[in-house]
Formats: sequence, structure tokens, C-alpha cells
Amino acid sequence: MPMIQRKQVIPGDVVAKGNYRYGSYIEKRGDEYVALRVGVAEVGSDGIKLNPFTGPYLPRADDEVIGKVIDINGFGWVIDINSCFDGFLPASFVFGRDFSPATHDLSSKFGVGDILGTRIEAFERSRDPQLSIRGEGYGKISSGEIVKISPTKVPRVIGKRGSMINLISEKTGCDIRVGQNGVIVVDGSPEGITKAVKAIRLVEEETHAPDLMSKVEAALGGSVVGGN
Amino acid sequence: MAGTKKELIDKNGVRLDGRKWNELRPIKLQVGIMKNADGSAYIEWGKNKIMAAVYGPKEVHPKHQVLPDRALLRCRYHMAPFSVDERKNPAPSRREIEISKVIREALVPAVIVEDYPRTAIEVWVEVLQSDGGSRVAGITAASLALADAGINMRDLVVGCSCGLIGEQVVSDLDDTEDKEGNGDMPVAIMPNLGLVSLLQVDGVYTRENFQKAFELAIEKGKQIYQMQREALTTRFFGGEAKTTEVEEVAE
Repeated sequence: MPMIQRKQVIPGDVVAKGNYRYGSYIEKRGDEYVALRVGVAEVGSDGIKLNPFTGPYLPRADDEVIGKVIDINGFGWVIDINSCFDGFLPASFVFGRDFSPATHDLSSKFGVGDILGTRIEAFERSRDPQLSIRGEGYGKISSGEIVKISPTKVPRVIGKRGSMINLISEKTGCDIRVGQNGVIVVDGSPEGITKAVKAIRLVEEETHAPDLMSKVEAALGGSVVGGN
Repeated sequence: MAGTKKELIDKNGVRLDGRKWNELRPIKLQVGIMKNADGSAYIEWGKNKIMAAVYGPKEVHPKHQVLPDRALLRCRYHMAPFSVDERKNPAPSRREIEISKVIREALVPAVIVEDYPRTAIEVWVEVLQSDGGSRVAGITAASLALADAGINMRDLVVGCSCGLIGEQVVSDLDDTEDKEGNGDMPVAIMPNLGLVSLLQVDGVYTRENFQKAFELAIEKGKQIYQMQREALTTRFFGGEAKTTEVEEVAE
């Protein structure tokens, strides 16, 4: 079996020397690969990856994000996606090609304060991210409790192929939607929601504990709270 | 070593607070002390007590200051009214404005501002109790706060000052030595990159003394960098940074 080297690093640390493929948060200087963030670097046969421990959410195309409508202008909705950039959902993506500001009323669809499940359609450095609600399950989220976590911890909350989120969801009978921007919506019975939020907070606090799965399972206990 | 009004350094080469010429004051560093900031750090360096907080990246206001290709790094160095013996007016003084500028310029080369276009990153350095060398202490804490905020950085920045008492080069001046001594030289370095990001000098140095003070500041800076490392790894890894080997799991 090939081995992976796991290195805890801080900015400026040399992760590896030689010739590797490398991902985000790593800079190449000569033949050295240098970490740009605090986190754990994984040096394997297929390259170097750095999983950061803290940091802001930066939009990436195709990310599913959950946001809140903060403004409506003539052409679309401005959405707070928990990032330094505001998302923009163009009205033509919702009403179709024949959208015209004169005939369509934007506020009849989504009003200020509404929570939307959206996908990032496009993002590049020079312009704010463009959102869309095309596709299954996107659009207004009308019920549930919002939990915000650090965006760097989203992968752990989801788990390998969704294992963690499925576990929490099954044990509490809740519907859980996780946005890549660290916004989570939990919906279900009041007791279920309380339990699920506790479990999510546990994952956030002990992100890097070994065998986190069984810890969460123990915290949730055996009792399955049915949904309503 | 003669000529100074107060004997800042005695015949045996011992300074007022009992240090030798090349010794540092005690330093304590802590990362992640403020919940509401995106990143924060606290430093006690001699009698200095300084908090640094980082907010951002966030939207730039006023809008006309937006930089299309990179982040705007804003710094504020501020001394609390109670940080000195005589109450200090809380309004930013000439000196604080200047120190804010040099702290910003000491940190910018380490921060990868190009990764955060059209945003602002704010660094607040608040001096709660002041002693000599507060700008280098501020820089040391601010770079930890930036790393805590998860902003891409090429390296940490660490500062240390050196100076002259009479013709003797000494490291890490305290308040009295700064005021009564013959020269002060704050230096900030990026230890892994081997670059200097701040160098200020006052006083009159011979070539040899300048060289000696500069090299001493770098040597002491590297010593403080180890403490910086320790503070950061304690916060995130609960101890020293470790390397482990695990078997690769096929996806």
C-alpha cells in the first residue's frame, strides 16, 4: 500500500521537496512546496493537498450555497452567501428568457429575508458570483433552523460520501441541507432539530478528532426521533 | 559606556532590569482570544500588553477605495488611554498614524493580497499597556491574527528591536532604554523567506554597530519566531506540529 504523509503545517512551512502536483493553499518556490495556511497537508503519490483549519468562504463555480436575499433590484436578487462577495441571482434565470422588468414582479417570487438554496453558476475574480436555482431542490427554503459553521469544516460535517450527514439525519429524523459556504438548514421535529444542531456543533468543535463518527453516534444515542 | 545620565548598563554589562546585552524580555503569545474577530492574537512582551484582531476579507467601504486586483490591507495601531502613565488622548496621534502605516507595510509582503480581489482585510492593533518596542510586538501579534483568520500568507512576520546604549549594541530595548539610550532599530523579518519587511533606525551608529545591531535583531527575531510557531500550533494542533504516515485509501 502506498503511504500518505500527513503534516501539520503553518504558513511558511515547507510541505515537501521534489516534483508533485499540488492544490490550493500551497505555493511552489523552487523545488519546495510551501503551505499558505494553518492546516494538515497530505503528501501522497498523487500530489499534495492542504486541508486548512480556518478561513473565509471563497465562491467556486458549481458549489451549492445557502443564502439570504438582502436586496432586490430591477434585474435580480442580491444574496448574502456568507462570503466577502455578495451573490447575484439574475431574474432571467427565474422567469426565463422573456423576462422584462416591466411585466414581472420580482418580489412576488422571493422577498428580502428569504432563504434560498442556490448553486454558483459562475465566478471569476473581477465580478461577483452569479447564482442560479435551476435544478432539483434549489429555490426557496421555507422551514428549518439555520446553523452557521466555519466553511473549512463543511467537508467533515458531510463526511466521506455523505456518511456523517446521513448518520445525523437518520438518527434525528431531520432533513439537513449543507451549503459549501458553511450555512446549514436543519428541518424536522423540534427535538430532532435540537439533537442535530448539537451533533453538528460537536463535529465543528472536534473536527480533527480520530474516529469522529462513533463519537457523534454516541452523542446522538440510540433513540431515533421520528420526523413529523 | 560612559556619558548616559542614568547608568542604563553597569560595569558588569547588566542592564537596569537585570538582562545582559543580548537577552530578550519575557514573551507570552496566545492565538484566538476573541470570538467576534475572524482572527486574533494577544502578546505580552516585557510590560507590553497588546491585542491584535483581524476582520475580513470583507466588502470595501467607501467603494472608491476598492482595488480591482487585490485586497486592501488596512491597519490601525492604537494606544488605549490607560496604556501609559499619563492619560493619552484616544484620538490617533501623529505617531500612531505613522506606526499604523509601517505595520501595514511590514505585513503586506507576507499576505497574498492577490487572492482576495475587491475586498478589505482589517488589522487592528490595540495597545493595552505600553513599553518599549510596541510596534514590533504589534507586528508579531498581527501576523498571528492573520494566520488565525485563515488568510493566505507566504510566511509569518516577526519583529524585534535592537539599539544602542552608549556605544554598546543591545537587544530588545524597554521603555527607559528607548528614551534614554542612544539609538533604536526596530526590524521585522519573514524568517522562512529570509526577507526584511521593516527597518527603522534612529540614533547615530558606526558601520560596525549598525551591522551588529541588525544581525542581532534578526537572530532574536528568529528566536521569537519559534515562540510564534508554538503559539499557533498550540492553538490548532494542541501542541507541536506533527507528521504522521497513514496508508493511502483508494477512493
